[in-house]
Amino acid sequence: MGSLIKIEKRNDISNSILLFSPVLAIILTLLSGAIIFYFLGFQPLEALKIFFIIPIADLYGFSELLLKATPLCIIAIGLSFCFKTNNWNIGAEGQLIFGGIVSGGVALLFYNQEGFFILPIIILTGALGGAIFALIPAILKTYFNTNEILTSLMLVYVAKLLLDYLVVGPWTNPEGFNFPETRMFSDSARMPLLFEGLRIHAGIFIALMLVALSWFIFFKTFLGFQMKVSGLSLKTARYAGYKGKKTILLVFIISGACAGLAGVGEITGPIGQLYREISPEYGFTAIIVTFLGRLNPIGIIFASLIVALTYLGAESAQIFLQVPKSIGQIFQGLILFFLLASDFLLYFKVKFLITQKKNEY
Amino acid sequence: MNIDLNFIGIIIAAVMASSVPLILAATGELIVERSGVLNLGVEGMIIIGAISGFAFMMSTESIVIAIFGAMFAGIIISLIFGFLTQTLLTLHVPTGLALTIFGIGVSAMLGKNFVGLPGKEIPVFFENLDKITFIGPILFGHSIIFYFAFVFPFFVYYFLKKTKMGLIVRAVGDSHHVATDQGINVILVRYLCIMFGGAMSGLAGAYLSLVYTPQWIENMSSGRGWIALALVVFATWNPLKVLVGALLFGSISILQLHMQAAGVRIPVQFLSALPYLLTILVLVVISRDDRKIKLNTPNSLGKTFYKEN
Repeated sequence: MGSLIKIEKRNDISNSILLFSPVLAIILTLLSGAIIFYFLGFQPLEALKIFFIIPIADLYGFSELLLKATPLCIIAIGLSFCFKTNNWNIGAEGQLIFGGIVSGGVALLFYNQEGFFILPIIILTGALGGAIFALIPAILKTYFNTNEILTSLMLVYVAKLLLDYLVVGPWTNPEGFNFPETRMFSDSARMPLLFEGLRIHAGIFIALMLVALSWFIFFKTFLGFQMKVSGLSLKTARYAGYKGKKTILLVFIISGACAGLAGVGEITGPIGQLYREISPEYGFTAIIVTFLGRLNPIGIIFASLIVALTYLGAESAQIFLQVPKSIGQIFQGLILFFLLASDFLLYFKVKFLITQKKNEY
Repeated sequence: MNIDLNFIGIIIAAVMASSVPLILAATGELIVERSGVLNLGVEGMIIIGAISGFAFMMSTESIVIAIFGAMFAGIIISLIFGFLTQTLLTLHVPTGLALTIFGIGVSAMLGKNFVGLPGKEIPVFFENLDKITFIGPILFGHSIIFYFAFVFPFFVYYFLKKTKMGLIVRAVGDSHHVATDQGINVILVRYLCIMFGGAMSGLAGAYLSLVYTPQWIENMSSGRGWIALALVVFATWNPLKVLVGALLFGSISILQLHMQAAGVRIPVQFLSALPYLLTILVLVVISRDDRKIKLNTPNSLGKTFYKEN
């Protein structure tokens, strides 16, 4: 007798499983989270409550969730363009930082000026900075056949070091007692706050606009259709007149611009200046958001909220359980593991042979 | 004159030392890729190896247990990747990324109580001979991992070129369908290769935390896993060229350290960025020749294998 379980490829992808597998992944992540907490010597349910519920139990906590979900959502929207077309841009963190550097530089130019025109210029230059930085791996891929995974990732380190150089060197605050940070930006260079006393800012509208825009592009334009076909079968797309190189450049520009915008949101929102660590690895975490959201704009909204919670949960666990913050990364890795594993059900049917035989006789 | 020669010897030894983790991780990953699997989790496996090796060393004071413990930890975490990509047929790229994120998180968690502790003394070989001018510091007074790293690529070269098992690995990587028609268990071969890669990344991590900077620092692999991945492409999947590439990177990192120490009027950050920029440059130069890459890339690299039964 051979194996008891037979695996069969599905001919069409079931829509209900498409929605079900992220839910399954989250349930499995919670379960293994409970196990991890148990082995760390905590009461599992209590610890899960501290990780997932306490941080968003009040209005301030919920606003912090939105604050952290905003950059994740913006970057993930951009990345969905790349991943849909099988372009593995994993250097969004670098594009975020470079966008932050360029827009931060502009903000510093206006440090003692006020005016309504300042913020729009900063936002645009941030997007431009991110796009330019993303163009490097894109050009290397299209014209020099170079693997974009490695080049985009290497550029993250370069961007981090450049930022480090600027904040300790030429851009450091002259009245800042040699702290590695720039001057504070002027009020006109800051994202307007939505509510008094909360840190949530107008960047969330940028995120929502990008969600709507990307939904429109994906489902209502020829470009979106082309991207979908090229992701499924490059040969078919080429036959239909698809221009590969142009699309590669375009999706990298889009995702770089988005990452740059996320950087602008951070430095003009909660931060208000440049220093070494303007992003707690949002660019990497957004990759998880993109997959969890199924490369779908609406899905990405939900996914960014869920993944943002791992940041808050990790802070909360650090305070109440004295567990290192890195527990958040463990949860992020687990979500992606389980999501990818759940996708097995998407593409394959699992059949148990014993029951099948009973049916036959 | 003698003093100069000795100094050059010490520099060469430093270059070799800094290339050890790259050689180990890249050669391990090379076997994985030769079997058609793209594991982007090298960085995560190295950092897991680093913390496990350090933790075993601190608790047992045995270098043997520390080294094997780190390799074992590398195997365990690589099996997560193996199970997902080979049994549950997930995409290689995101699975590898998840492994890296997960590995960094787990290592920081495990390392909580080890931060700032000084490492233990590691036994070295031929300690007294390293006073010999020039060749002394290059050849003598190193740890066992160091010597292993410089013969290891030759073994892997021989294995891939001359042994039947090596042929099987290459066959699986070049065409899993043909290999399976020949009665080869593709999934099993890939599992073994993935575990081998995990062990080698674990060993690379152990070298970092036990020998290179004998202590535990969060994120101490600082991108070496990614450079190792780039080295595999640079080497066009040839283990001997991995050795050359790793030494090249070793020289750049040592050169920039010495330039920093000598107070060259270039900002430290620009010097630190050199290895990463060099990686990009080297990749571009190698990959420009489309045909060369296509000829050498394992044909099934990164493709999911599903056997109809």
